[in-house]
Amino acid sequence: MSYLLSATCAVPAAGAVLTAALPAGTGEARRRTTKAVALAVSAATLGLAIAVAAAFEPDGPRYQLTESYSWIRSFGISFSLGADGIGTVLALLTAVLVPLVMLAGWHDADPAAPEGSFESKRRTQGFFALILAVEAMVLVSFLATDVFVFYVFFEAMLIPMYFLIGGFGDRAGGPDSARQRSYAAVKFLLYNLLGGLVMLAAVIGLYVVAGDQGQATFSLPALTDAISSGKLVIDPTVQRALFLGFFFAFAVKAPLWPLHTWLPNAMGESTAGTAVLITAVVDKVGTFAMLRFCLGLFPDASKTFAPAILVLSLIGIVYGALVAIGQKDIKRLVAYASISHFGFIIMGIFAMTSQGQSGATLYMVNHGISTAAWMLVAGFLISRRGSRLIADYGGVQKVAPVLAGTFLIGGLATLSLPGLAPFVSEFLVLVGTFTRYPVIGIIATFGIVLAALYALMLYQRTMTGPVKESVTGMPDLKARELAVVAPLVALTLLLGVYPQSLTRIVNPAVNDTLSQVHRIDPAPAHPVAATNGGEQK
Amino acid sequence: MISTHVLAAVGGNSPSIPAPHIEYGQLSPMLVVFGAALVGVLAEAFLPRRLRAAAQLGISLVGLVGGFVAVVVLAAQGHASTRAGLLAMGSVAIDGPALFLQGVILLTAVLAVLTYAEGRLEPRINGHRIDAFAAQAAAVPGGEQEREATREGLRTTEIYPLTLFAVGGMLLFPASNDLLTMFVALEVLSLPLYLMCAIARRRRLLSQEAAVKYFLLGAFASAFFLFGTALVYGYAGTLRLGEIADVVAGTAPVTPALAVTTQNDALLLIGLAMLAVGLLFKVGAVPFHSWTPDVYQGAPTPVSGFMAAATKTAAFGALLRLFYVAFPGIRWDWRPVMWGVAILTMVVGSILAVTQQDVKRLLAYSSVAHAGFILTGLIATDRRGVAAVLFYLLAYSFVTLGAFAVVTLVRDSKGEATHLSNWAGLGRRSPLLAAVFALFLLAFAGIPLTSGFTGKFAVFQAAAGGGATPLVIVGVLSSAIAAFFYIRVIVLMFFSDPQPSGPAVAVPSTLTATAIAFGVLVTLGLGLLPQYFLDLATKASVFIR
Repeated sequence: MSYLLSATCAVPAAGAVLTAALPAGTGEARRRTTKAVALAVSAATLGLAIAVAAAFEPDGPRYQLTESYSWIRSFGISFSLGADGIGTVLALLTAVLVPLVMLAGWHDADPAAPEGSFESKRRTQGFFALILAVEAMVLVSFLATDVFVFYVFFEAMLIPMYFLIGGFGDRAGGPDSARQRSYAAVKFLLYNLLGGLVMLAAVIGLYVVAGDQGQATFSLPALTDAISSGKLVIDPTVQRALFLGFFFAFAVKAPLWPLHTWLPNAMGESTAGTAVLITAVVDKVGTFAMLRFCLGLFPDASKTFAPAILVLSLIGIVYGALVAIGQKDIKRLVAYASISHFGFIIMGIFAMTSQGQSGATLYMVNHGISTAAWMLVAGFLISRRGSRLIADYGGVQKVAPVLAGTFLIGGLATLSLPGLAPFVSEFLVLVGTFTRYPVIGIIATFGIVLAALYALMLYQRTMTGPVKESVTGMPDLKARELAVVAPLVALTLLLGVYPQSLTRIVNPAVNDTLSQVHRIDPAPAHPVAATNGGEQK
Repeated sequence: MISTHVLAAVGGNSPSIPAPHIEYGQLSPMLVVFGAALVGVLAEAFLPRRLRAAAQLGISLVGLVGGFVAVVVLAAQGHASTRAGLLAMGSVAIDGPALFLQGVILLTAVLAVLTYAEGRLEPRINGHRIDAFAAQAAAVPGGEQEREATREGLRTTEIYPLTLFAVGGMLLFPASNDLLTMFVALEVLSLPLYLMCAIARRRRLLSQEAAVKYFLLGAFASAFFLFGTALVYGYAGTLRLGEIADVVAGTAPVTPALAVTTQNDALLLIGLAMLAVGLLFKVGAVPFHSWTPDVYQGAPTPVSGFMAAATKTAAFGALLRLFYVAFPGIRWDWRPVMWGVAILTMVVGSILAVTQQDVKRLLAYSSVAHAGFILTGLIATDRRGVAAVLFYLLAYSFVTLGAFAVVTLVRDSKGEATHLSNWAGLGRRSPLLAAVFALFLLAFAGIPLTSGFTGKFAVFQAAAGGGATPLVIVGVLSSAIAAFFYIRVIVLMFFSDPQPSGPAVAVPSTLTATAIAFGVLVTLGLGLLPQYFLDLATKASVFIR
């Protein structure tokens, strides 16, 4: 048994405890030590995640590097980890983004209150420890092969996220920003907690149903095997109810229209780094879980509900984009853009074609990278001016060309410019959807047009035009900020021209998922094949 | 039956009444605690005042720890499983559930007694340390006598023997195997509690009001229980739980009297309903919950913690035994009613908690909601249900005790600052204390990796396995509502600005600190590594008949 996966999860967890326990202090030196320790831990985690990806054999079995430790025998729960292609790629994304988020938020947790006041003592430790805690829990969620373990960490990560949102703002809000922030944090928590509790009922239901048929286990591979081999037969009505229980939680987390309303608040009020953690890392657990748990455990129900979910995701694509266009607040704009993108991801998953699902998985990674770039640069911009309002900016590209340039790249990536990474995934998702649901595919394509509108209009309004008085003398990106943006831009370009590096790992897992739901790609509408074409079940 | 023995003895003109056979060894947990209580009374009478507090603490701890050791020894000897049996002529049952709950009650009582003895929170008077209890319980609030007693730094050390008597009753309650013993246990545990509620040092009128309320309603509940006992006796002709079950199931030999009385199901059903009312009152289930917030608020906080934890444990033990041993035969009659009670309890407890402005009232309503969650496990009517309830009670007791212990520490010049607005910004002033309280709240809310989650998972999966899926769904939804108000407190502590004249956090002695630390330990331990205790609960989940 290899210990690589547990080490990958344990290092940030231990790092969180260590960071939180570092001596409290208000001095700059103390704070720097804390930050350095946290950054080092996240870098070590990145190293481990790279090692996992390197050790992963795309042609090997579905779950690799598996580990299992008995946890709660009474309920058939073991702490089992295993990497499949999808989980590996997303774990890698998480490990890449967290150090960058830390670097971007280097000064976000410096005490706002005067030195020495009771508020400021452990602020820095708290901020970085919470980020590491979120990282650890997200990694466990991506790598868990036990439904219960996944659930526990899926739920538990709400707590550190909640404190990150509620405790640390971007200091650019209005006079009642503290109240707004705590509202956003509570909204985030209540939405997700409700989703999680509904899922808990479904988790228990699954366990009871499986237990009645002699399969009292939470092990995902065991359950999916039992289901696909017919040893475990879930009554269709029950299966639909359980599917909805799981899906509800993931749809809140993802977030799918109309359960999305917590996201703009949470992303708007938190720091740019936290916003990236939410949209690029934590929310991916939701879409990832749809792919792994909804489809794997409830194949028939997934097929039943797929059309309805496609319609919701389509609404999300168009709605998110339209609302983004009308935003006055930069961060809320990015949030609504993300809602639109999550629509694409969910559409790719439930189109149930191999292109769609590979595209969706790639989309998760690419959206993570491109949104991180866009949002973090927006955060740098906001921290310079102290305002989140688009109207407060103008002509920035003349004062801070590098900042403007990277902001443009982030925006172009978001609108899926060919050559940049998101283009590949968006294209795959659209093609994958079109082959099965042409009308939905066609309508979704308009999402791209709308994306061009909100991304370019944001750039135009903030960066071009006459230099506003308030932005004169705005400094360009500093070395630390460049160090954050450069890897993201590089990855955007690399994955844009060489997506095979990821698809090679992802595709086997996607095909395995599709075989679990007994879906094969529709035959191409070729004249010869037309006789036996159409949907095959 | 004792009564027939006595009658036979009288009728036979025998010169002496035969002494009943008593298994002292297996009753030792109760005997030790009652013995310690009596020693406590003597100490109260004969020891000089300055020695009493320390002596009483020592006596209580020796008694409670001794009782716990006795429970462990009995369990180790197999009295929880293979050697479980009926004692004292069949009026007491020592089996798995009884021993498990006795252990829980004794441990919670040890921690509660530690919080009683806390003397660092109140300012000293004339160099005397004082505690949370009235200087002189009998003095009229605000009167001259009270002022004098306060000046002299008196303390109501009677609280210790009272607690020991209550604990003794609680130990007997889940172990009683006939309805009269159960009633006696109910009274033995209740009467000291009524008194204990009345002796808060501060806000004495509120405290006395709480006691009167608790006493009046509790007396009604006891009367219900007694009336129910009479009706069931009228039906079954016996008070022994196992024999009642036989009569209900129709497996008992039919005597002419039974043939008549068993015709009348109303006796049985009304009798059972009245018994249930008496017990549901003690666990604080809706619609018999209305005393909870007032009593928890008015009682001295350490007593509230003790009541919330130990009384609930004992009463659920009795409820389990009543339904599982005496009335499994008519579960199709009582299950629908208990469904209703459980749903009401969960929903009402959660919703009413949302509007509370006082921490102690909030914890009271939360305890109501938790009673509902525990009831869902009880409704499973199988071994898994029993095990889940036992585990939940273990988990819940320590969280509750810890939470109330934290409440004793947040104080201003008028004593404990229990109004929620006073808790604003506590996380910035005392991050550690706020974090501990947040942990307890998260455990109440059932967030994974805390004991509350494991317990909730256990009862819900037992309920779902027992065919009560709708209950699970209601439970999950009310958990979401409940989470809202737990989180509201966390928001208040961490994200609100502290009030300029807000309360200070008193630095406790090792006594309260130990209680809180133990609560934290159990909360995390049962959340992270619950397997051993789940096994223990499962092993202990068989009732002897």
